[in-house]
Amino acid sequence: MNELPQQLVNGLLLGSMYGLVAIGYTMVYGIVQLINFAHGEIFMTGGFGALTVWLILPGGTTMWVALPLMIIGAIIVATTIAVGAERFAYRPLRGGPRLAPLITAIGLSLALQQAVWAWYPGAKSSRTFPEIPGGPFHIGDVTIQTGDIFLLIAAPISMAVLGYFVMKTRTGRGMQATAQDPDTAKLMGINTDRIIVVAFALGAAFAAIGAVAYGLKYGEVQFRMGFLLGLKAFTAAVLGGIGNIYGAMIGGLVLGVAETMAAAYVSEIPGMQQLGGQSWANAWAFVLLILVLLFRPQGLLGERVADRA
Amino acid sequence: MTALLEVEDLRIAYGKIEAVKGISFKVEAGEVVTLIGTNGAGKTTTLRTLSGLLKPVGGQVKFNGKSLRKVPAHQIVSLGLAHSPEGRHIFPRMTIEDNLLLGAFLRNDKEGIAKDVQRAYDLFPILGERRKQAAGTLSGGEQQMLAMGRALMSQPKLLMLDEPSMGLSPIMMQKIMATIAELKAEGTTILLVEQNAQAALSLADHGHVMEIGKIVLSGSGQDLLHDESVRKAYLGED
Repeated sequence: MNELPQQLVNGLLLGSMYGLVAIGYTMVYGIVQLINFAHGEIFMTGGFGALTVWLILPGGTTMWVALPLMIIGAIIVATTIAVGAERFAYRPLRGGPRLAPLITAIGLSLALQQAVWAWYPGAKSSRTFPEIPGGPFHIGDVTIQTGDIFLLIAAPISMAVLGYFVMKTRTGRGMQATAQDPDTAKLMGINTDRIIVVAFALGAAFAAIGAVAYGLKYGEVQFRMGFLLGLKAFTAAVLGGIGNIYGAMIGGLVLGVAETMAAAYVSEIPGMQQLGGQSWANAWAFVLLILVLLFRPQGLLGERVADRA
Repeated sequence: MTALLEVEDLRIAYGKIEAVKGISFKVEAGEVVTLIGTNGAGKTTTLRTLSGLLKPVGGQVKFNGKSLRKVPAHQIVSLGLAHSPEGRHIFPRMTIEDNLLLGAFLRNDKEGIAKDVQRAYDLFPILGERRKQAAGTLSGGEQQMLAMGRALMSQPKLLMLDEPSMGLSPIMMQKIMATIAELKAEGTTILLVEQNAQAALSLADHGHVMEIGKIVLSGSGQDLLHDESVRKAYLGED
């Protein structure tokens, strides 16, 4: 049996999860030139938000009722934390040295991990996430696991909603303007402080959807889940061209496929038997990043239109 | 009756360095007033303060009788004060049409906005021909047209133009100046900052000459145009 289509689909599904989280890195960077290293933890709190909703719901609630509520719970928790972080941790530092907010982000990231570890019941080890009932389904030779069905539906819808929001709504146009020239955006009457809050909130909302997808895919959430996934999503954002929302999604997909393919096929290359398999997937992901940055430092979809004075 | 814009003893500093050292002037409705002077005289600093991007260290600005002291930058345009900044500052990666629509960011009258977009295209046909093109692909002169068109989209009571002729070819410069004259004829109130003193003074009802943060000479456009010291210093005569 030819495994390639299956691996490709696995890679695209993994990649779309990276993409959902990468949006938050890229949007915040595009508007305030801040790498929000706490974004991976905001993703993680979204996962625990969803879990909390599930635990509160009466036992026996079907997943079809629970899942929408869990998504809402995840979004509420993640956006609240992201907006709070912006207001109380990042905004007071705006206009200061560039390193200050970066260090704050790293500190915040550790604080959020430790807070969940210390205070969330049972979070010192991983907590089981509910499953969608039903078996996997098949399209030809390709099998889609039950836990991945959510991603298959949620990722394209999220991207379409985001694209529409940014391109077609007034606030979306205000975001684009603020990203390109914040002072001039103010001259247009755009409240750039508000736009920054919107960017943090939106990024957190998509990360929260990604966190629900993570829980369903892996069947668990843990306080450290945002670290590696956040790093991957950040890689995806850079790979696609940081600041570009489509780049985030494309970067995620490319990264997911590359990782999956490397895990599946590198060991078949003569002399590289030891460098294949799942344990090397992360290493190959970063090799890809290095290669892309060597030849295209601005990322795959980095800005092409010159800013003429 | 009070003037549309009243600036009184305005002082602006960058850190400890005072860039504008107490200037006063007025703009009446329907007038074109120009600030001329060399680089570093404080003209751009003055305009950026009027639109709230910089905070003054002293003095008063009243627009339509209201003090602008506590108004944040993003609320200034809603009062009717539009600013076409120095260096044009169009949004390069957005289309020409989206740039114009951003000029109308706070307006809600869809039909009125569509009409004003059309008016900008009538004023500058090249913008209409390229409406779906990224604004960064325009030439300098075309970007200037877009910046002016965008500022007009807010239906301003006072239009502030900062160096509209900067870096333009003589033909393009004439075109921009002709458009300003056209706007003046329609009754638009304009505060014009220019290094091209000849062009600015020919258009203006009133002019003020700025030198290192101070207004050193004021008068009607025609008087200044014929003033000997102005001719020597700014019009290249000896």
